[in-house]
Amino acid sequence: MQDVREALYVGSRSDGKLIRRPMSPHLQVYKMRLSMFLSISNRITGVVATAGSALGVVWLAALARGPKSFAKARKVTGNPLGQLVLFGWIVSLVWHTVGGLRHFIWDAGHRYDKKELNEDGPVAIGVIAGVGVTLATALLATSCCRARHRAKLLKKAS
Amino acid sequence: MNATAPSHHTVMRSQLGRARGLGSGHSGTEYWIVERVSAASLLPLSGWFVIQMFRLGGADYEDVTKWGGKPVNATLLAALVATSFYHAEAGLQVIVDDYVHGKATAPAKLLVRFGCGIFGLLGLVSVLKLALGRKG
Repeated sequence: MQDVREALYVGSRSDGKLIRRPMSPHLQVYKMRLSMFLSISNRITGVVATAGSALGVVWLAALARGPKSFAKARKVTGNPLGQLVLFGWIVSLVWHTVGGLRHFIWDAGHRYDKKELNEDGPVAIGVIAGVGVTLATALLATSCCRARHRAKLLKKAS
Repeated sequence: MNATAPSHHTVMRSQLGRARGLGSGHSGTEYWIVERVSAASLLPLSGWFVIQMFRLGGADYEDVTKWGGKPVNATLLAALVATSFYHAEAGLQVIVDDYVHGKATAPAKLLVRFGCGIFGLLGLVSVLKLALGRKG
């Protein structure tokens, strides 16, 4: 026996033969709704944010290792593909945070009725898009500007 | 659950008999609390980190190591790394519980624990090296 829930699926046919009772249909019978999408996306962005954090720790390790490793890490984060990954990481973190804040509100016993859930979904999407894109763009732009400024100063000095 | 024929011929006691009457597991809420408490702790820590990244983004090696060498920065960064991977571990374990069934469950859960533990430790060791291991 692998799963105790299997026990609830044992039934017998009219001729006495033991069979596995059919399961009721699950997700496939429902139309995709915004609340469903936001629910599963909270998990997906959690996984993506974890993967990004693992990369962040690799960056931290490169910094701790020394100037040469840090220069390599900067090459990766400065690369367009690296910037895209950073952008995705920041947006997933914002997404997962907004989802988490909604969970806190629900846990406190608010906004959990069908009407309220349907009202808040589009608001959540708006906040995610607004805050996520603004934050990611601002951070990446600040970093790029500062890096270029530093490079110019270094050139002048040498 | 996989759609195989019932395998209860192999056990003397019926599977329903084994499952019935056991009541609640008397545990399980700790995962829920771990998730919420770590999430709540991550909010101020992440806010602090975002501000630091605005101050630090694009800075060169000397500036970043100087930043990491300050005790308050190192402490908060260590707290952020530890709490992040603690929260990630709790979340990923629930995902494994929900989607990975049968024989794969145990190895998948071990992998989650191992991965989160190793990356968390790598982050902590790096922070400690920045904070303590400066030459001169």
